[in-house]
Amino acid sequence: MSLATLLLLADGRLPSGGHAHSAGLEAQVTAGRVRSVADLDGFLRGKLATGGLVSAAFAAAACADATRWADLDAGLDARTPSPALRRASRAQGRALLRAGRAMWPVAGVGREPHQPVALGALAAAAGLSPGQAAVAAAHGAITGPASAAVRLLGLDPYRVHALLARLAPECDRIAEVAASRSGDAVDRLPASGAPLLDIGAEYHATWEVRLFAS
Amino acid sequence: MDPHAPLTGGSRALRVGIGGPVGSGKTALVAALCRALGAQLRLAVVTNDIYTTEDADFLLRNGVLPAERIRAVETGCCPHTAIRDDISANLDAVEDLESSLGPLDLVLLESGGDNLTATFSKGLIDQQIFVVDVSGGDKVPRKGGPGVTTADLLVINKTDLAPLVGADLSVMDRDARARRGDLPTVFLSLAEDRGATPVADWIRGLVAARAAG
Amino acid sequence: MKAKARVVAEVDGHGRTRLAVLRGESPLLLRRTGRHTAEGVTVHLVGGAAGPLRGDELRLDVEVGPGARLEVLSVAAQLALPGRPAPASRLTVTADVAAGGALRWIPEPLIAAAGCDHVVVTRVAVEAGGSLLWRDDLVCGRHGEVCGDVLADTLVRYGGTTLHRHELAVGPRAPGWDGPAVLGAGRAIGTLLTAGPDAVTPGSAGPAVALMPLAGPGMLATAVGADIREVRAALDPLCAAGHVEGGRSRPPREITVRPPRLSARRGCR
Repeated sequence: MSLATLLLLADGRLPSGGHAHSAGLEAQVTAGRVRSVADLDGFLRGKLATGGLVSAAFAAAACADATRWADLDAGLDARTPSPALRRASRAQGRALLRAGRAMWPVAGVGREPHQPVALGALAAAAGLSPGQAAVAAAHGAITGPASAAVRLLGLDPYRVHALLARLAPECDRIAEVAASRSGDAVDRLPASGAPLLDIGAEYHATWEVRLFAS
Repeated sequence: MDPHAPLTGGSRALRVGIGGPVGSGKTALVAALCRALGAQLRLAVVTNDIYTTEDADFLLRNGVLPAERIRAVETGCCPHTAIRDDISANLDAVEDLESSLGPLDLVLLESGGDNLTATFSKGLIDQQIFVVDVSGGDKVPRKGGPGVTTADLLVINKTDLAPLVGADLSVMDRDARARRGDLPTVFLSLAEDRGATPVADWIRGLVAARAAG
Repeated sequence: MKAKARVVAEVDGHGRTRLAVLRGESPLLLRRTGRHTAEGVTVHLVGGAAGPLRGDELRLDVEVGPGARLEVLSVAAQLALPGRPAPASRLTVTADVAAGGALRWIPEPLIAAAGCDHVVVTRVAVEAGGSLLWRDDLVCGRHGEVCGDVLADTLVRYGGTTLHRHELAVGPRAPGWDGPAVLGAGRAIGTLLTAGPDAVTPGSAGPAVALMPLAGPGMLATAVGADIREVRAALDPLCAAGHVEGGRSRPPREITVRPPRLSARRGCR
């Protein structure tokens, strides 16, 4: 239960492929729905309450019991209708496993699991708790797109970080809810969806010119 | 399980990184190397374009390599992050090429156009080539930067343009030697040498040494 | 108000679908409509009272036996209203489709009136070889009205495996629901799930609708629009009769909203 280890796992500099993904933000920027810090606020709140909650719950569940990984992985497939988002999640899971295995002896969770499954397995290998795995997942759900927003829109990085600071308590709350449900049967785990992220991801995948992988 | 294949050892392909500023001719060099080496070596290419598939499309259009031997990696506005700080997507691309094509002799990894500070991580490549061109001015080697100073091979490209832009190749040669010590520098004009002979020869030497060692 | 309704479709001795059970109570009243045809039987939900209102507990169970074909429609939109202070109103819909059976569920939209607090729980189980077309439309508030709270909680299993699990929360209690990740400025959303032998073959995506092949044997189309007309324009063509017909083979229909572009990319699978 090392706090420094948790910071390592949640650090955006962890070489786990995250920098190439905007978590759906690029599609919404191009659609004109995100132009300002205020728009980003709405995006991140929605992201946190939907995909953030789901990721946190599945990361916590995988951390609590990595032997459930195949069921959890199938559960994420069922919660991810967009093939583009399934690919993005698995690409990030694979990259995260690569980073994690260089640091800790990570349990076998397949070659290309969904990202939250990989994150939970890493957290367990690092001696972290399911609650901590959930915090790392919820934190990653908003810091990734926030960083992409700074790069795509040239937003003031201080204002973006002020927004992240305002969202931190909500991040903790979501992680707490997620962790409290981590022992549930897979079908009962959170399944909150975000329709515009699904639609945007599918559209984005057809573009010839884009900056982010998703 | 090892997080990524060891950098020494016989079976895995030699990985050569090709970096350099925007417009210096990296993609044209990759195309030339594919033409020169494609028949002799089992070869594949990973591109790191700023705009997804532009470079990969160039290689496809020019027919220098079949599509299944080319992978494009998206870099999220950060081309040098993808080759230096977080190399996971590139490693995954190399791994996918090797698992879909079988054993390879050589993988060329082309960076997205960046600046003079962009270099490849040693976790990703075995040797790196840095490409600058004469039209950036003959002061570029003197300015140095990690690319010019530390690359295993410095390519000074577009020498045919030197008279037009007033670049003095002897100044560039002198400054490159001063910056690079014993590391090799070659001059190249792809307009005159479509097979990039000195670079192709350098790579052949690496592949042969690897096979022997 | 508490109400239960149940419909059971099965095949008679001549291979035609008949309704073994058709039972409802206000406000969940069921009427058989249309004729006995080879296409199966159609049932309409007819509203028997305003609502649902807070505190209502409604339950509809649908069963489709082997080889039977049932279509469930409704005569009017469902309007979730606030009513008296009480716990959330709740509509639970369960559907079981046997192998060779086919169910088409295409009700009119649910409208979340200001101040409503409504939960829709959908639990669908289709045996391997059964066919499903499941449409759900939601409108966030009446014209010019703010949206009440609605939670749609959906689980669709196919062949014993979870095919689709989704929750959508809209309204003042749902963080970010009207932000650019969830619905943005859109006030109507529709989803169409098809599964089984005759599932619609997805084409490609556009900026307001996606046709998505699921990881399992099915397809989900999702459309978000400024109003329900935009959603209908995107999804109605996919619900045309004949897309889901159990026990009959028909070549899958290719539907392309936007042609896919050729690309050299595909670093990941």
